[in-house]
This record gives sequence, structure tokens and C-alpha cells, in this order.
Amino acid sequence: MNDVTLLGHQIRYEQKSYWRNPQSAFFTFAFPIMFLVIFASLNKGERLKDLGNISFNQYYIPAIIAFGVMSACYTSLAIGLANRRESGILKRLRGTPLPVWTYFAGLVVNSVIVSVLLGVLTVGVGVAFYSVHLPYHLAPLLLALILGAATFCALGVAVSTLAPNAEAAPAIVQFPFFALVFISGTFFPAPKGSFISHLAGYFPLVHFTNAVFAPFNPLATGNGFAGHDLLILGLWALGASAVAIRRFRWEPRRG
Amino acid sequence: MPAIVVRNLRKSYGDVEAVRGIDFEVATGAVFALLGPNGAGKTTTLEIMEGFRKRTSGEVQVLGTDPAAGTRALRERVGIVLQDTAVDPFLTVREALTRNAGYYPRPRSVAEVIRLVGLQEKAGTRVQKLSGGQQRRLDVALGIIGNPELVFLDEPTTGFDPSARRSAWELVRGLIGGGTTIVLTTHYMDEAQELADQVAVISGGKIVAAGTPESLGGRDTAAARIRFSLPNGVAPTELQLPVEAIGPDLVLRTDDEVRALHTLTGWSLDHGVPLLGLVVERPSLEDVYLELTGGAAPTETGVAA
Repeated sequence: MNDVTLLGHQIRYEQKSYWRNPQSAFFTFAFPIMFLVIFASLNKGERLKDLGNISFNQYYIPAIIAFGVMSACYTSLAIGLANRRESGILKRLRGTPLPVWTYFAGLVVNSVIVSVLLGVLTVGVGVAFYSVHLPYHLAPLLLALILGAATFCALGVAVSTLAPNAEAAPAIVQFPFFALVFISGTFFPAPKGSFISHLAGYFPLVHFTNAVFAPFNPLATGNGFAGHDLLILGLWALGASAVAIRRFRWEPRRG
Repeated sequence: MPAIVVRNLRKSYGDVEAVRGIDFEVATGAVFALLGPNGAGKTTTLEIMEGFRKRTSGEVQVLGTDPAAGTRALRERVGIVLQDTAVDPFLTVREALTRNAGYYPRPRSVAEVIRLVGLQEKAGTRVQKLSGGQQRRLDVALGIIGNPELVFLDEPTTGFDPSARRSAWELVRGLIGGGTTIVLTTHYMDEAQELADQVAVISGGKIVAAGTPESLGGRDTAAARIRFSLPNGVAPTELQLPVEAIGPDLVLRTDDEVRALHTLTGWSLDHGVPLLGLVVERPSLEDVYLELTGGAAPTETGVAA
């Protein structure tokens, strides 16, 4: 098998394992869909004054796309790797000739496949049921998604090393996730200039949400690139990758 | 060329020296057992050979390369079965083996390996639904799917019931039939005796004895013990032989049991005194092992390592 076929081979088995694992299929795939339906229905017909009176769902659908990427990349990698490390699957893998890059590429592509499915489903539901307009620009949306996926995959790998054992992993992973979701305006944009919006500005999710929203924003006059947010997201992607590479371990820390 | 060469290997964890300068060689096609109690340094030594740990000093060659380099080429030739079973729980037996077979340039056939470990009826079952013993067999199957020249087995039967151990031994013997070099660790003497051509006993980070299971610790040439007892009222001193009282028995240690028995039985016939429960004993592998690893009971014979 050459390296490309080997990567395809690896992705196939990551996909099988992902969809059969009730934890990943529920927490990282069904969860965003559930939030999508609940909040989009509750706020149907609402308008957002802070964003020039656009419909709530024209903002909320892109926000849920960002939420989905974070879920499929950060949550699934952080919990999945913590479990695999604790159970010895990672160590076992280290003893096979599978190249390290192929293993990680397999994990990342798996997360990207899930993210794309979530994104397409989210936009589809938005367009079909909540009168959401399709994105006005594609290139900035793609760039935002790539940077977001990179940031949250790297953060997932880094955070997986913080869990002292597999039982603690979901709590350790989900706590910062939901804290971030609530302060970053996923369910409702935080008022500009507020303490919450100031605090959220230090973390990547609000910038990711803004960068995904920009190409969906019917009132935006530019080309859909949220330059400032994309820049901060890019810095997060680099920083998180460096931390992930430094912190990654094949075996649990003991003692 | 030997499959493995280890020279003056040392490994420290902080101030603790887990492996204190060990040497051994494993011939190609041989079955080599590292025997020792928990904490003796066997897993550390094994994991250095497997490439999981870096050594502090010394030389290690596995199939002619340094395992610390961790090259893909070396991993393609080596199969590893770790102490703990760890396979993706959501794949089936056949999927797990097919996936791993794809990692190697010349893997064995998946169906053949499944048959070899006796999991034909579980081939379509998810790993999470297998029993502990079946998972262990899958683990061994994953260790050999790449058609390795060398297989490491870390305590392959720890926690097995006696019949599961027997079938695991059969499995290992099946591998040996293919000319594969096998390095295993164990703390069971009988396992080393059943499987290994060469045994090294490791204790406190050092090899305290090495050889074939038959000759280990000088067992084949060690002093024999002649054990018997005398009827009530006969004092041992009447024998005029250097016997030692151990419980109700008398023990005579000798390097020449034929001559000693002749003297003893001659005395018995001359004096009309029976030698009750007369037996000649040699130290068992277990005696040698306990002696070497410091767990010796006071009645054990002193055997030179």
C-alpha cells in the first residue's frame, strides 16, 4: 500500500469506529443537530437589533456550523484520544509500522468529514425550514472553516493530555467547551463592549463564529473576510498546534 | 547473526536503577524467556527492545538495528504483544486484523490468522463483545498479522486459567513452527520450561542466571539431596555421615549420589535399620528460581548460579 492508499485505509476504519461509538456519535454529531433544532425553532421570526435587525437564524446557522466543527474536532479528538491513550490503544499503535503522520491525518480527516456533514446538514436545515440565505461568499467561509478545524483539532489533542483518566475525560473536555459556547455568543451574540464579550475575545470560538458568520451576513459590504477574526484564529491554530505537538504522549502519565 | 544483542544495558528512572547492566543474545529462530518476579526489570528490558523506552546506556541491536531509532522498517519486521489488551472496541475481529494487515508490506492472510488463534466463530463480532481470553487471542493475532520475523510477548498468560494457558502455549508453539524468533517475559517457571530454549532469570535489574531450562542455575549438575528418616530410637549420629535434620527427615547432600546411596543402603542392610521414605531429589526449576530471585526457603539447596 502506498502512503495515500494507506491514509484512505486508515480513514475508513476511523469512520467505522466513529459512527459505531455511541459517545462520539451522540456527543459530537447528534448534539449540535439538537441545539440547531431547539434554538432555531425557539427564535424563529426573531430579529437581532445589534446586527442591523437581521433574522436570528441568519446568525444562528453559521454559529451552529462553528459549534459543529468544535464538537467534531475538539470534543471528539480530546475524548477519543484520552480513551485510546488510557486503554493502551495508542501505545499499541506505536508498535506498528503505521507512520505517525498517517495516524494523525486519519484522525483529522475523520473530524473534517464529520464537520462537513454537520455543516451541510445545518445549512440545509436552515435554508429549508428557517429561511436562511446561503452564504454570499465561499472563499472566506472555506478559510474560516480550515483555520477553525485546525485550531480545534489541535486543542483537542492538547486537552486530551490533561485528563487524568478516561472516566474524567468527558467532564474535563466538556466543561471548557460549554463555558466557551455560552460566553462566545453561539446561542445569542453578546452585547458589544460587555465584560462577557471582552472575555470571550481572548478565546478562539467567538472569532471563529464571527469569521463563519461574515460570509452569511446579508448586510456586510466587504468581501466576507473577517480579517481581524481570521488573524486571531490563525494565531490560535499555530499556538494550539505547537502545544499539541509538545504535550502529546502515547502513554498515560503515571505517578 | 543473532536476532537480538544486548550489551551492558542500563536504565534509570530518576535515582532508581531498574536495569543494572545486563547482557544477552537471542539466536534467530530461538525462543527466549526473561523470567523474573514483578519489578525485576523484565518489562523495562522488553520495552527497550520494542522501542517504547530509551535506554540510559549500553548497546541494543534488534534484527541488526537500534530499536531506539524507531524506524518503520524495523517495525515492519517485529510483532509486539503487550501485557494489556488494547484494540479499538468498535471494530470487529476481522476489521481490526484487516486494518492492521494494511500497515505491513507482506502481511499474513487475515482468515489464516483468525483460524490460527481459533476466533473463526467470532470473526464478525465487535471487540467489545469478546471475552477476556478471546481479546487476548486477538491481541496475539494482531502481533503476528504482519508476518514478523521476531515477536515480543509480554507476560502472555498472566491472569489465565490453566486451560487457557495450555491453549496459549499451543499457539506460541504454532508460531515457533514457522521459524519466528520469540522473546517472552513471564513469572511462571513452568511457562519458561514449556516454551523456551533459553532462559535468563532477571532479579533486581540484573541477570542472575542464564541457560537452557534444564541446566539453569546448574540444576543438572547441582548437589542431589538424599532424603529419608530413621525409625524411632535410632540416633542419626549412628550413621557417621554428614546428615542434616530437616523437620522429621534427614537430608544428605552429595555430588555423587551413586556412591552416597551405596554407603547409606550398605549401612542400612548391615545394621538392619530401614531407611524410611528414601528419595533422591534434585532442585526443581522452581527451587532454582526462588533461590536466584531471593525468595528462597531455608530448606533449599545452595546452588551456584
